[in-house]
Amino acid sequence: MKLITAIIRPFKLDEVREALTEVGVSGITVTEVKGFGRQKGHTELYRGAEYVVDFLPKLKVECAVAESLLEAALEALANAARTGKVGDGKIFVQSLERTVRIRTGELDDDAL
Amino acid sequence: MKTTHPTGSTAATSTKEGNHAVMHSQMASRASGDVGRGAPRLAAAFAALAALAAPALAFAQDAAAPVANKGDVAWLLVCAALVIFMTLPGLALFYGGLVRSKNVLSVLIQTLIVFSLVAILWALYGYSLAFTPGNAFIGGFDRVFAKGLDATAMGATFTKGVYIPELVFFVFQGAFACITCALIIGAFAERVKFAGVLLFTVLWFTFAYTPMAHMVWFFPGPDAFTSNDAVPGVLAQSGFLFARGALDFAGGTVVHINAAIAGLVGSYVIGKRVGYGREAIKPHNLTLTMVGASILWVGWFGFNAGSALEANAVAAQAFVNTFLATAAAVLGWTTVEWLSKGKPSMLGAASGAVAGLVAITPAAGFVGLCGAIIIGALAGAVCLWGVNGLKRLLGADDALDVFGVHGVGGILGALLTGVFASPSLGGAGIWDYVTETALPDYSIASQVWIQLQGVLVTVVLSGTVALIAFLIVKYTVGLRVSEESEREGLDITSHGESAYEN
Repeated sequence: MKLITAIIRPFKLDEVREALTEVGVSGITVTEVKGFGRQKGHTELYRGAEYVVDFLPKLKVECAVAESLLEAALEALANAARTGKVGDGKIFVQSLERTVRIRTGELDDDAL
Repeated sequence: MKTTHPTGSTAATSTKEGNHAVMHSQMASRASGDVGRGAPRLAAAFAALAALAAPALAFAQDAAAPVANKGDVAWLLVCAALVIFMTLPGLALFYGGLVRSKNVLSVLIQTLIVFSLVAILWALYGYSLAFTPGNAFIGGFDRVFAKGLDATAMGATFTKGVYIPELVFFVFQGAFACITCALIIGAFAERVKFAGVLLFTVLWFTFAYTPMAHMVWFFPGPDAFTSNDAVPGVLAQSGFLFARGALDFAGGTVVHINAAIAGLVGSYVIGKRVGYGREAIKPHNLTLTMVGASILWVGWFGFNAGSALEANAVAAQAFVNTFLATAAAVLGWTTVEWLSKGKPSMLGAASGAVAGLVAITPAAGFVGLCGAIIIGALAGAVCLWGVNGLKRLLGADDALDVFGVHGVGGILGALLTGVFASPSLGGAGIWDYVTETALPDYSIASQVWIQLQGVLVTVVLSGTVALIAFLIVKYTVGLRVSEESEREGLDITSHGESAYEN
């Protein structure tokens, strides 16, 4: 099992969800986050006061998948989240040791 | 005037904007004219000769009790409500949106409390000190504790023989006092101690607002100008700046410059906000600010047009000028900002609206439509500098730019009033209350000089009183919260509540 963590542009969420659903991913968790990467921030001007905004709003999408689904999920996610410009985000993959479905007590692949 | 006032002269006569009198000679239909400044000017000339000519002046002849015009009464009561609406919620929302979310409630409650406090002080003694006979600088105690202020008391307008119930004048003027004191809050927002705001308000209202209102607006009423010989005596009973002939239709000096100087002094005395210049301190909700600015604009029609004290053509002139100057200021600020900073901002446009409203205030009933548009456009551009270049020069953390907008816009408007009130530029000229016509000659240079004197008197008086008041507050109840409280936000630490869930 793998845990996929993707940082994406907020407006790409719907496309990402659809793409992941199509390849068989059965659930995702989304969090609003801020951060910086290669994309520059922007400046804001309020009357005389200028502020540089370094941290940009992004979404963090997490989903746990079976090994067999990993490549398809990564491809779908990357294609859906891509605009081709700096700031599209990143995808991280980690190994996942255990999974439990709370309602039934099912374990690991059965719980995904 | 007359009536119940103990001295016989009038309390109410007051007439704010005294001068407002000036009216356009062509508006012949309005024969009655407003109070005129012309008179004052003339008077200055005669003053040396006949100092106290006629103390008892005019009131003798009114045998019949004066009757108010119902249209005037209805109009002015609506205007008073509009001016109250400017503060609550207009100014409160305008300021509330400009602070960080952790301080929004503190600004709202300060506005609400200052308004309420000043309203009561106005009845207890403020109205009396501002608008009853006294000396050139401050009124007397005839109306202390609202003595004699009942439904039978009548006050003067700017037209001979036209009166309004004194209660109408009382509440209209009271609303001005309230918003003036509330304006100052913006300068020391986000770090001031609540008790300090209260004590400062009492001190500054008493020793700066009431004398300014008296100096600029108090005069014995148009009926007193019975002849040229009577003028010096009338002026001797009038406020200092009124007698000098300073034009201030609706309160450029009394309200805006007055409050702005107090705010600037306050921002020096209290010091900069923690993190100022290093951390991002930005408005938390410019939507509220837009709503507030819009409410201010609407309320300002009551503020400016109501200052005619009658439902007449001068009120219409002030109304239209308030409409046009503000629009011109929005465009002026936005154009310069767009060209110089690259983007036209909503906050800039809303600030431009307020700058235009401030600048047209002293000029509202005196200038023509084109004059109003020019005053507005210049105010937009110059106040943009007020919150940028000038703000950096001054080096104070005037949090919500009270001085940059109200001070700069107020001074600009006061001076340009002297320019565009000239009949040669479409203005109304100087009104002579004796003959009830506009004076034939008008000197822009000398009027601008008189206007500048009005500005300087305001700056010195308000600045001095504010400095002393802030120091008294600082060394008694305290002016500033602790750094820890400031970081956490005044909403929680001073008031025990928060505006938003997160």
